[in-house]
Amino acid sequence: MAHTDVVVTGLGATTPLGGDVASTWDAMLNGQSGVSALTPDWAEQLPVRIAAQLAVEPAELLDRIKLRRLDRSEAIAIIAANQAWADAGLADSGLDSERLGVSVGSGIGGALTLLNQDDILEASGPRRVSPHTIPMLMPNGPAAWVGLELQARAGVHSVASACATGAEAITLGMDMIRAGRADVVVAGGTEAVIHPLPIAGFSSMRAMSTRNDEPEKASRPWDKARDGFVLGEGAGVLVLERADHAAARGAQVYARLAGAGVTSDGYDIVQPHPEGVGAIRAITKAITDADIDRGDIMHVNAHATSTPVGDLAEIKALRQALGDHPVLTATKSMSGHLLGAAGALESIATILAIRDGVVPPTINLDDPDDGLDLDVAANKARHLEIPAALNNSFGFGGHNVALVFTRA
Amino acid sequence: MTRDEITTGLAEILEEVAGVTPDDVAEGKSFTDDLDVDSLSMVEVVVAAEEKFGVKIPDNEVQNLKTVGDAVSYIEAQS
Repeated sequence: MAHTDVVVTGLGATTPLGGDVASTWDAMLNGQSGVSALTPDWAEQLPVRIAAQLAVEPAELLDRIKLRRLDRSEAIAIIAANQAWADAGLADSGLDSERLGVSVGSGIGGALTLLNQDDILEASGPRRVSPHTIPMLMPNGPAAWVGLELQARAGVHSVASACATGAEAITLGMDMIRAGRADVVVAGGTEAVIHPLPIAGFSSMRAMSTRNDEPEKASRPWDKARDGFVLGEGAGVLVLERADHAAARGAQVYARLAGAGVTSDGYDIVQPHPEGVGAIRAITKAITDADIDRGDIMHVNAHATSTPVGDLAEIKALRQALGDHPVLTATKSMSGHLLGAAGALESIATILAIRDGVVPPTINLDDPDDGLDLDVAANKARHLEIPAALNNSFGFGGHNVALVFTRA
Repeated sequence: MTRDEITTGLAEILEEVAGVTPDDVAEGKSFTDDLDVDSLSMVEVVVAAEEKFGVKIPDNEVQNLKTVGDAVSYIEAQS
């Protein structure tokens, strides 16, 4: 079935690797790690004392009064969205606000606000709880703030599918344009939950790396010595646009968002299906939706979070769904795991890999696991012509999202 | 405490909570129309003023405090 063509015309991000897309991409190509030691006192009692923290604090970019009413996840969503908006050149384009939509999700939501205000409630009583608490912690907060900032009136949506959120939000944005509900959709994900409670929760699941003495080496997808993911914070936002709309205004086009596949496992609340059945179906659907041959997919930005089981299950799924020709990478080795923002940041990396003809490295891949029988750009960026590329995202709850981007 | 001292105290709160320039704060100014203080920020101003001036400002009184002067008068009468 022929679909309305959707292209990417703007990118924005604030990540552990840089305060914008250019610095983040540069750091990725240079194989830099964004992971560092957690120094606050509260970290001392935790089994995990490392994280990938933002390279640039929101306070450097937004004024103090505005920040008072924003959860950290909302502040960085606004920062990334404003960058993407400026990058797309839409500021003075005369775009009808009723044709502008937003699809920005978060995996966990305004947990920092919830926890901080609970501290105030316990210490000082209910009257001292901020009147901004609810709009700061509500899960639709980041999308709503971005919509307010850009005056979007075609609908503001907040997807939540754990670590698949960013990718699924992009899928929804694409669907809005295909369905004719919007000409432009600002889409992506945001996450900021570096706090003892979420860390303790993930840590109790035994999902996180405890390589506290070597933070930069802790995130090591597919390496034999991997021992879990590293929590990261950040936001990534794409401007999706109907292709003829972008062409009519002479916009720059980074890549086409050619197709998407979304499936659910119906298997377990946190474990992926051991044979990766849901992932295989998502990848296959995305390729069919993009109407390309699987042989065209030369590069995959894998979900690969550095957990012992998940990394290899994805390899099995990729081998079965795509074959053995694509060059893989796991940029989480550098950025850490941005949870609800991961799929958005990795979509940005996938798009720039296509544009620049270079696959960013998977760092810390010193001793590849025996089950890794596909080609990975290990430890060094690799130049490669990439007509089409895939970005995978999977989330607790059995969410599988695969996105196919192709050269503009 | 004089009316001027209360006004100065309110100006400090308004700057902290809502980013209002202290020089703009005067008795005749309306919180919403002149100083751009929205309803949620007004709640913060009230709670901070209660603490600063050691008074109680019940919710049903807040709607009567349209201007800085109204607030100063209320605080002056209570303290």
